[in-house]
Amino acid sequence: MNRLAVSMCGLSLAVAALANPAVAQEDPAKKTQTAKTFWGVSAEKFEYRYSDSDEELAVIEGDAYYGTDELKFRWLFEGEWEEAHNAWETLENQFVAQTPVDDFWDAKAGVRIDTPEGPDRVYGVLGLTGLAPYWFEVDTNLYVSDEGDASVDFEAEYELLVTNFWIMSASFESLVAFSEDRAIGVGKGLNSTEVGLRLSYDLLDRSFAPYVGVVHERKYGDTADLARDSGGSTEDWFAVLGARMMF
Amino acid sequence: MLGLLCGASLIDGKAYTIFAESMGRSGFARGTLAPEKGMTAKVPELREAPLLTMADMAGHMDHGGMDHGNMDHDDMGGMNHKDMNSHDMAGMDHSDMKSDDMAGMDHSDMGGNAKMDHSAMGHGSMGQGEGETLPEDPFYAKGSGLMPTASNGGKFLSYADLKAQNPLYEDREPTREIELRLTGNMERYEWSINGTKYEDADPIVLQYGERVRFKFVNETMMTHPMHLHGMWSILDVGEGKWNPLKHVISVAPATTVYMETEVDAPGEWAFHCHLSYHAASGMFRKIVVEGGPDSAVAEGKQSGNQGGES
Repeated sequence: MNRLAVSMCGLSLAVAALANPAVAQEDPAKKTQTAKTFWGVSAEKFEYRYSDSDEELAVIEGDAYYGTDELKFRWLFEGEWEEAHNAWETLENQFVAQTPVDDFWDAKAGVRIDTPEGPDRVYGVLGLTGLAPYWFEVDTNLYVSDEGDASVDFEAEYELLVTNFWIMSASFESLVAFSEDRAIGVGKGLNSTEVGLRLSYDLLDRSFAPYVGVVHERKYGDTADLARDSGGSTEDWFAVLGARMMF
Repeated sequence: MLGLLCGASLIDGKAYTIFAESMGRSGFARGTLAPEKGMTAKVPELREAPLLTMADMAGHMDHGGMDHGNMDHDDMGGMNHKDMNSHDMAGMDHSDMKSDDMAGMDHSDMGGNAKMDHSAMGHGSMGQGEGETLPEDPFYAKGSGLMPTASNGGKFLSYADLKAQNPLYEDREPTREIELRLTGNMERYEWSINGTKYEDADPIVLQYGERVRFKFVNETMMTHPMHLHGMWSILDVGEGKWNPLKHVISVAPATTVYMETEVDAPGEWAFHCHLSYHAASGMFRKIVVEGGPDSAVAEGKQSGNQGGES
């Protein structure tokens, strides 16, 4: 009897569904009409650097993401290959989740794993990225390493559209450490700054833009002392040649 | 319409180009009106693409005189937009404005509306020398960079000039008003209606037989051509029963546009911005028309004679 009641109930539901199919079912248009997830791969920097002391470097900075408007997962890669030592001077991989917190700002949280030549480090990351007034792209992160050391980096970039194809971009990066980590050459306080100026041309839509530019890198304070002690330079000028790519 | 023109107007024996540029000047459409097959006329060059101004930025910037977008058309019920903007009025001075043509305009009511200023209504350009200021148009934000100009220096035609020749419906009071704010974030490529994307929104439910007034408030810096399937969009140009019927209503940045719909097609209909990316990313709603004759559901969908194309 119970069973009969259940099947009757099922039958009446089925009839209702037939009479008004679109109301009874999940709206299929919702799956097709609204683009729910997005992905992207880009290399903001993919370049060859030649320094004023004849040093040669290959630098890659890129990221890939997958997600929705509300939540994206992002992999960020940063590497510096040094020709003279045949080794990665910098090799960083970040895996973060990113979510909007304001019209033009996203918060990020995740991990950063550094595996360059020398000691490795793992960091927890909390970051903020977005667009400041007057179109400055800003990215800043707080890192806490597995050694217990905290540091903050800050990056800002401005793109001046000379035309819709020729773009002059100015960038500034800095790193400040709250404590010393001698093993990886980090002193307390302002560690380093990098200022770059690149002129690019959008050759294939926005997906391939070769550029030339100059970059100035400088180390400060204890960090500069540590670099000098290990035979490295504290200030470099580079001529750069590369391309910005986006898929 | 075209046939009529060919027969009646091309008695000079010349061919004419009909030329339509896209707003971004990425392309154009060209047609030819000619008394004989094979004739062509000169095709003009694309003009410079228009640039947005502060006026097109709606609520994103603070600027005086931008309240035009919020102008309440209800207070202007008797005002004749077409005459106000027509080029017959170009030389008109303010004393003439109080003539019988304007009798329907309630000045006291307008005075009571602090948001409305006279320049925003096109009076500013009246009685001034030709070419000194562009005429105002209620379908563009005051000072909008998107305001078209006629290529030959004459009057440009806009929505304000549209008028139905054969009204399909009796004019009547709408049963209710539904406000649709056209919203989005250009930096994030997000588009929505009332701040909600399609995937998160409930359908808009209408009752068969009602007449609904839609209020579009464009809060973005882009033009959104809004398309209601299945039923006509009766654009409010202040002409009452002579308001034109349209499939798509283009809502310029920082403007408020009204349209009414006679709900005469039962079933489910799409309602969306006609820029494909905007529609796909969420500037889209499902309209459900409840009630109505059962047979009309199938009939209306098959014959498509209920109004707009689907």
